[in-house]
Amino acid sequence: MKTIRSRQSLLFDAATLVAPLIILCASLALLFPVFVHGITPLSWDFLFSEPLKSGRAGGIGSILFSNALILLVCMLVSMPISLGAAIYLSEFSPKQNYFGRIIRLSLDVLSGTPSIVFGLFGNVLFCRVMGLGFSIASGGLTLACMVLPLMIRSGEEGLRMVSHDFRRGAAALGFSAKSTVFSILIPCAAPSLIAGFVVSLGRALAETAALIFTSGYVDRMPESIFDSGRSLSVHIFDLSMNVPGGDTNAYASTLTLVLLIFIINTVATLIVRHWQIGRNLHG
Amino acid sequence: MSRFKSRSDFILVGLLRVCAVISALLVSSIIFFLWSETRPVLQTVPLQSFFKNGFWSPSEGQYSLAPMIAASLLTTLIAIGIAGPIGVFAAIFSHLFARGLIRNIYRICIGVLAGIPSVVFGFWGLIQLVPLVNRWHPPGASLLTGSLVLAIMIVPTVALLTEASFASVPRSTLHGAYALGMSRLGLFRSAIFPYCRSGVVTAVLLAAGRAIGETMAMVMVCGNIVQFPDSLFDPVRTLPANIALEMAYATGLHRSALFWSGLLLILIVTGLIVVSQIIPRKLSHENHTIEAKPPL
Repeated sequence: MKTIRSRQSLLFDAATLVAPLIILCASLALLFPVFVHGITPLSWDFLFSEPLKSGRAGGIGSILFSNALILLVCMLVSMPISLGAAIYLSEFSPKQNYFGRIIRLSLDVLSGTPSIVFGLFGNVLFCRVMGLGFSIASGGLTLACMVLPLMIRSGEEGLRMVSHDFRRGAAALGFSAKSTVFSILIPCAAPSLIAGFVVSLGRALAETAALIFTSGYVDRMPESIFDSGRSLSVHIFDLSMNVPGGDTNAYASTLTLVLLIFIINTVATLIVRHWQIGRNLHG
Repeated sequence: MSRFKSRSDFILVGLLRVCAVISALLVSSIIFFLWSETRPVLQTVPLQSFFKNGFWSPSEGQYSLAPMIAASLLTTLIAIGIAGPIGVFAAIFSHLFARGLIRNIYRICIGVLAGIPSVVFGFWGLIQLVPLVNRWHPPGASLLTGSLVLAIMIVPTVALLTEASFASVPRSTLHGAYALGMSRLGLFRSAIFPYCRSGVVTAVLLAAGRAIGETMAMVMVCGNIVQFPDSLFDPVRTLPANIALEMAYATGLHRSALFWSGLLLILIVTGLIVVSQIIPRKLSHENHTIEAKPPL
């Protein structure tokens, strides 16, 4: 009996050590080739020049610009709506409230919805019904729908972390709901709200499937947000799948994308750490 | 509305509620628009022919989704089979045994993996993994490659959600177990697992939801041939990959059938999410009756 126990125990210990090792190896195996092959073609010139010969030569300047516009549309639309919804959920709807529960369930479903489904939805609603066609605006609006649940969740959690003492203080001073929200809740929760926005920005930047049928494939410099524009992720997809001989530039674009996302996620972590969310708010 | 002191408060709360309603209506409008595009194909093609064994060739009016549903389920199941245990054990490692530098390295790894876009996983799979599998057993782009890429993609989801559920273990229980000098296995089995069983199940279900909807990486590494795979090395096409591949040129009933597969996807994911929310409620009643078993 004793030996069986210790053998099981040994196996368990081995598994807890092997599992993180596998994860470490997998992330190294993933990132190493991208860095090695991507760093040589990567230069300022590559980042700012236009793609030539469907991306085999030239750079990714116009693609970065289109992508920035897509993200801008996405954030401009999703930030106010998600902020409003987050404040409503955390302040004006108790957890047991029927209405609040329905909203939370639909947000859960929304956050689990596959991105290709958002692509289909955006294709019908924004491209066809609203008549925007394949455009940066359609892509940005589709992404806005996609990041909404993530933003609302993080915003709601940030607002819930604000100490109840502040709310009681505001009530004791006879603050209106409006001034409580704008001069106490939003400033107190600002770091986690911003961190949530930054994380969502990274999520939107990473998206491919929702954009193929909404913002389109065109790799020229867009003239307005109603032009079609290719995102960096779609560019990587196109180079590796449809363009023979596009691998070198695909590596460089992949490295650019990974670095951008790494920077965005690091900024989010730093914001959280810098303001030490959760500690001084509970005071 | 007498509970508001002023008109501006009334307007503010009204606006906030509108924001919340917009976000809540999004799911129903997604389903509504998918449904309105799906209707033509459901009116002409009998429902069972989508799920019967057959061919997917929209130009000849054959709309069997069965091989693609099978491919989606198989890749997801294999990926969960690989990523589930790895993720759970990694969470145990990070929560109980890793300290200091090692824990930080682990955290960074998981964070980086979780943030990497799916198109990068797909590109890596296409350039690195497919040739590797091809050398072992051609053609390379296959059910196996797809499942492996999918497994790496969902490991962070499983690991992070599982570790989050460990937080629900009461400190006193943990301290008691440490004081008894339990082995790591004993500690996990008697002090931690009873509290986070539902958390682990939820983590796996949500990871499955993410895996079944994964599109770009599957387009790039699965080989994209519509067929029931005979072995792990056969190329397959998953349901979302089919949408991504054919949406560009699909018209009429073909396009409608693609929307129908999108609708199926959102229904499957909704089912998984609803189940993952019911399970904690069912299991939480058991938590109170479980007492830490003394180690033998």
